Amino acid sequence: MDSSRPSDHVSNEAPIASPELGVVGWLRWVWRSLTSMRTALILLLLLAAAAIPGSIYPQRSADPNGVTSYFQQNPELAKVLDGLQLFDVYSSVWFSAIYILLFISLIGCVVPRTIVHAKAMVSPPPVTPRKLSRMPAYFISKTKSASSDSIVGDAAALLKKQGYRVEVDGDSVSAERGYLRETGNLIFHVSLIGVLVAVGFGGAFSYSGQRLLVEGDTFVNNLAGYDSFSPGAFFNENNLQPFSMSLDKFEIAFDNNVDHVGNTGTPIDFRASVSTKLTPGSEASKAVIRVNEPLELPGSKVYLTGNGYAPVLAFSDKPCKALPGGVRVIEGPFSYEGAVPYLPQDANYTSLGVIKLPDAKPNQYGVLSFFYPTAGKLPTGAFTSIYPAALSPQSSLLTLNVYVGDLGLDSGIPSNVFSLATHGLKQLSGGKTGVKPIQLLVKGNAQDLPNHMGCVAFTDLKRFASLDIDYNPGQGWVLLFALLSLGGLILSLLVPRRRVWVKRTSEGVEVAALARGDDPALEKIVVEVADELGFKAKSKKKDTDA
Amino acid sequence: MPKLLQVLPPVFHAQQTVSLNDDLSQVSLYFIYAAMAVYTVAFLAYVWHLSQAASTVKANRKGATRIEKWAFILLIISALFHGFGVVLRGVAASRVPWANMYEFSITGTFLVVAIYLVSQVFVKDIRILAVFMSGFVLLVLGIATNQFYVQVKSLMPALQSYWLVIHVTVAILATGFFNIASAASIAYLMKGSKLVETSKLKGFALTRRILGLFPDMNKLEKLAYRFNIIGFILWTFTLIAGAIWAERAWHRYWGWDTKEVWTFIIWTIYAGYLHANATRGWSGKRSAWLAVIGFCAIIFNFTIVNLFFKGLHVYSGLK
Repeated sequence: MDSSRPSDHVSNEAPIASPELGVVGWLRWVWRSLTSMRTALILLLLLAAAAIPGSIYPQRSADPNGVTSYFQQNPELAKVLDGLQLFDVYSSVWFSAIYILLFISLIGCVVPRTIVHAKAMVSPPPVTPRKLSRMPAYFISKTKSASSDSIVGDAAALLKKQGYRVEVDGDSVSAERGYLRETGNLIFHVSLIGVLVAVGFGGAFSYSGQRLLVEGDTFVNNLAGYDSFSPGAFFNENNLQPFSMSLDKFEIAFDNNVDHVGNTGTPIDFRASVSTKLTPGSEASKAVIRVNEPLELPGSKVYLTGNGYAPVLAFSDKPCKALPGGVRVIEGPFSYEGAVPYLPQDANYTSLGVIKLPDAKPNQYGVLSFFYPTAGKLPTGAFTSIYPAALSPQSSLLTLNVYVGDLGLDSGIPSNVFSLATHGLKQLSGGKTGVKPIQLLVKGNAQDLPNHMGCVAFTDLKRFASLDIDYNPGQGWVLLFALLSLGGLILSLLVPRRRVWVKRTSEGVEVAALARGDDPALEKIVVEVADELGFKAKSKKKDTDA
Repeated sequence: MPKLLQVLPPVFHAQQTVSLNDDLSQVSLYFIYAAMAVYTVAFLAYVWHLSQAASTVKANRKGATRIEKWAFILLIISALFHGFGVVLRGVAASRVPWANMYEFSITGTFLVVAIYLVSQVFVKDIRILAVFMSGFVLLVLGIATNQFYVQVKSLMPALQSYWLVIHVTVAILATGFFNIASAASIAYLMKGSKLVETSKLKGFALTRRILGLFPDMNKLEKLAYRFNIIGFILWTFTLIAGAIWAERAWHRYWGWDTKEVWTFIIWTIYAGYLHANATRGWSGKRSAWLAVIGFCAIIFNFTIVNLFFKGLHVYSGLK
């Protein structure tokens, strides 16, 4: 241990083990090693290194689709990586092992330090060392006035006034201040434990559910109402508050100034206007959910996380009916009728939708459909959307490619509603078939399906909003502990902890100071104290300070 | 945009119109270019100053102080141009000028210069680091104007929050402090390098004399420590503020998004640095290396993670 350290300085040295240790000795050695600062440091660096793969490989928690596509592209490698838990880095055995060890080390370090600190808080500053000249900041006055009797009393009063804890010991004063530095340090570390506990506890009782709502649709808060749902370990279904929510309207403001080259069409605002009923019989209350402005309900918050177009389509097995004047309309019964959420594929909302018609007669078929809010043509002749909103009802275009065959819905294997496995199906329109894809305008003519399969119509255009309903009882606590740890950190790094001694000797009066940790003002302090006591002090620089 | 878009549908309420001024953003860019030109001269002047001050000829050493004075004046002029450029960019976009990588670069480097200029009044020892600082700022501005430049754009809804002001400002400030600290650590490591110390090659003699102008290793270590602790406090705040904002914008306070991962990694490296300073065998050289590695992680987080990693923080504005 450094001889210039205060006596309550906690050593960072791991003791050297001797080979004849028994079981208890070994356990003690392991514990001491684990709780040493060197181990904490190495665990911290290991933790930093272990976090890196989680930013390189897609994670199931943050990017489940990325994991799926990784498995599709590199099935062999993906299996190996998955075995190493590289798609679940932050819940993996090895990542958990590091942070659990780190926190055990932290507890093992904080507990004895708290005891030492508590003792230091109630005991007087340690006795004045014999050789003050060894201290990093030192001043001696050999003038005669220095030996005046009152100097010790004066020094004690002065240091007390400056906030020091003071102990007079014969011809010397020993003073110490800045206990908050260690208090802050302990608060910081204990609060980190608090953060970890709150994260774990909050996560266990939390849930996060997703629901896509088309304008006019209503969501009821029960498990069946969610498209996807991820509960924490202790989640109980009965905790779901029985509210219902309807999406009345979804609006987007795009930058519509054509002079804003490069910015025209950029979304400026998304607004989901909803009506919420907290209990089935209660009055509906209206609210607007925006990005950055979730709706707070009892027991959960509702966030706006995505949006897109939902064309309303109707399919019939009967051919379209021709009316006088060339107008064609669809006739029921419908094999499908309703709004279909189309997922946006680019910034201008070129959108892709999938419709599966397992009940169509005589053959079931699927449809891959593109929607262009404002259709334009690329030089290649392909359609693209050139503005994310419909400039007029006639500017929007819907195209459909029809695939006939077994849709695989009867096999019982769950399938993604947003994708159509075209393998094994026969394409009848669009692509390389030579048959033009069906093109529809909103509320325009109905169109016949290829091979006399029936009729399709685009009857209305709606939007959908993707909502996230989240509950996490721990997050307030996480914030509280995080702020506490920040406060503790500030204290522990910025409050100087120092000892000051004033001593009368046969040679004159000595003033000296010692800091725990870095203290840029140490030299100045000695000079100031000497000045206040009536000496013209010139700082005698020691090597330690800048 | 094709011609047919002459009349676009009205937005649904008046305050949602955006105001962008492309001409003004051009003027801003000219100011940044002007700043770069003057930074170049200032940087060269600082290099000249070092070579003169380390000269074996006494007359040269005498002239060095005057060169440093001129270099400092040039630095202030370029900082003024730089500051104008940043402010004009904000005015042109009618918002804070740090919503994409280009803007983050110009604002961040301006704050590095500002922190340096303010700090050198109080901490005279960092004056000698001007050559590192001006060189770094010049390099970042060069990459920003060449590679990251985008036209002024409106804020995407996820960024429309006062947390953009709080979270990003503090992140930039933290980066500025870490940057100056890393310069001190690099000087520390160069001074302590055995190669520089013992090599008999001619170039190393000059290097040794130049390094002799820097504060001693003990002072450099303390300088780095003092700037790093401020940086670490600010970085901790950045992390907490980011979590608060993420809870509002992305429905969870922490989700191991790639940028969150790297913010955590950087925090952990600097936490390691602070522990290293109090651990025998790790203070000194190893902790200086940790400080340099920490700053490299910050640069990595800002460049590689922004541009090539998939995540929610995709605000570079680059295609």
